[in-house]
Amino acid sequence: MNEPVIVFDKVTKRYPLYHHMTGGLKNFLFHLPRALNTLKNSKYEALRNVSFTVAKGEALGIIGRNGAGKSTTLGLIAGVLKPTEGKVVVKGKISPFLELGASFHPELTGAENIVLNGVLLGMTRRQISKKTAEIIEFSEIGDFIDQPIRIYSSGMLARLGFSVVAHLDPDILLIDEVLQAGDIEFQKKCFQRMWEFRKSGVTMIFVTHSMESVKTLCDRVIWFDQRTIRMDGAPQDVVSHYKSSAGVHT
Amino acid sequence: MREKIQYFFDLIVVLTQKELKVRYKSSFLGYLWSIAQPLSLAFVFFLAFKIVMRVQIEDYTLFLIAGLFPWQWFSNSLSSSPLAFLNNVSIIKKVNFPRTVIPLTVILQDMFHFLLSIPVIVLFLFIYQKSPSLSWIFFLPLLMGIQFLMIFGFSLLLSSLNLFFRDLERMAGILLTLLFYFTPILYPETMIPQEYQSLLKFNPVAPLMMSWRNLFLTGTVDPGDIAVSFLYALAAFVLGYRVYKKLSWRFAEIL
Repeated sequence: MNEPVIVFDKVTKRYPLYHHMTGGLKNFLFHLPRALNTLKNSKYEALRNVSFTVAKGEALGIIGRNGAGKSTTLGLIAGVLKPTEGKVVVKGKISPFLELGASFHPELTGAENIVLNGVLLGMTRRQISKKTAEIIEFSEIGDFIDQPIRIYSSGMLARLGFSVVAHLDPDILLIDEVLQAGDIEFQKKCFQRMWEFRKSGVTMIFVTHSMESVKTLCDRVIWFDQRTIRMDGAPQDVVSHYKSSAGVHT
Repeated sequence: MREKIQYFFDLIVVLTQKELKVRYKSSFLGYLWSIAQPLSLAFVFFLAFKIVMRVQIEDYTLFLIAGLFPWQWFSNSLSSSPLAFLNNVSIIKKVNFPRTVIPLTVILQDMFHFLLSIPVIVLFLFIYQKSPSLSWIFFLPLLMGIQFLMIFGFSLLLSSLNLFFRDLERMAGILLTLLFYFTPILYPETMIPQEYQSLLKFNPVAPLMMSWRNLFLTGTVDPGDIAVSFLYALAAFVLGYRVYKKLSWRFAEIL
């Protein structure tokens, strides 16, 4: 087994519920004792005592029902969240796969958006300009690349988004439910690209509800349920247990 | 380390370019809009105070413009700062990049517009048979630096706190309006009645705005004003940055 690049050690994540504060300054001050009290006590637990490690080059799928803690896990790996208890150690450069259009601006052209997205994902301008031609080529967007992306179809946006990520140079790739975009041919291209990433030793974390892509792309799956890990193992096993627990038989 | 600085720099350049491009792309008159606002304000004040109320201030139009243009930079940056992080929820929740770049780009953008408006001030100087002074070469960047630091501090404070207390958005607007009238922009500081003169010390932007106007109109600045402005700016920055540091790791939680 390769060295671990992601280590979760007894991680618990609780979110304070900020409703007293988002209720406004007036509310907060008028009900100060109560507000402080709720601030201390009303917490929402998203993960409880979760431990796992991911080795370098592994492709890990994360499945589970809505609210089971999948997105929190991704947030902790990406470093935008801090654990309440326990420790998260992540080694290497992380590239999160943004939701489509998350960092795109509709008024800018495709090419301009490539640069914008690229820097937000951690590339310098020089690195981006080296790869721009490749990205445009990969996206198959053609002449539209110099048009503002507000006129793009959703498929074109998906292709542009994926193409930027496909040309990053990450150690760890975080993918949150995005592979369904684009037509079949482009999806095939995405999967190919994923395989290339895998072969080159990139660690990948998928969060998805598509059991098919979990089975084809991952070599290990973690099933989150009720804030903890319910099962951790080979994709076939975990997926079939998950399906039968959800009452889906296929 | 060098790579990190390079990256930070690139991030700021690209994000600022984005703001500027977006602003100018779909508007035909582009540049004119960024000077139209302070000019129209100057026109209104000129009508009200010079024509109607007949105040005795020399070269009043020029006087107004010399104060209003730098004020607009301050005011525009700060009135949009409470929303700086709120408008970028999706990125903040996913990517771990230095969040300070978001308020920074807002300020840079407005600073850029301010720079573009300086030729208008020069034009008005010529109309009033005056001319720019050589001292601008030194003092213009200095005052810009001080103002930048001050806005950055206040803006970090407002943008971070507003995620937790959404009222700040509205409060910022009111505070800015009050601050505008408490600052000698429409009137020279000498017109303030004696018993209130000392209150001017507590206005963090007053010495800065007075310096701007003196610089544009006479080419000189009071070193005392500059020193006080700098201290205020430094205090604002330290305060803003500390609050930001304390809260920034919660941004993704609360959004």
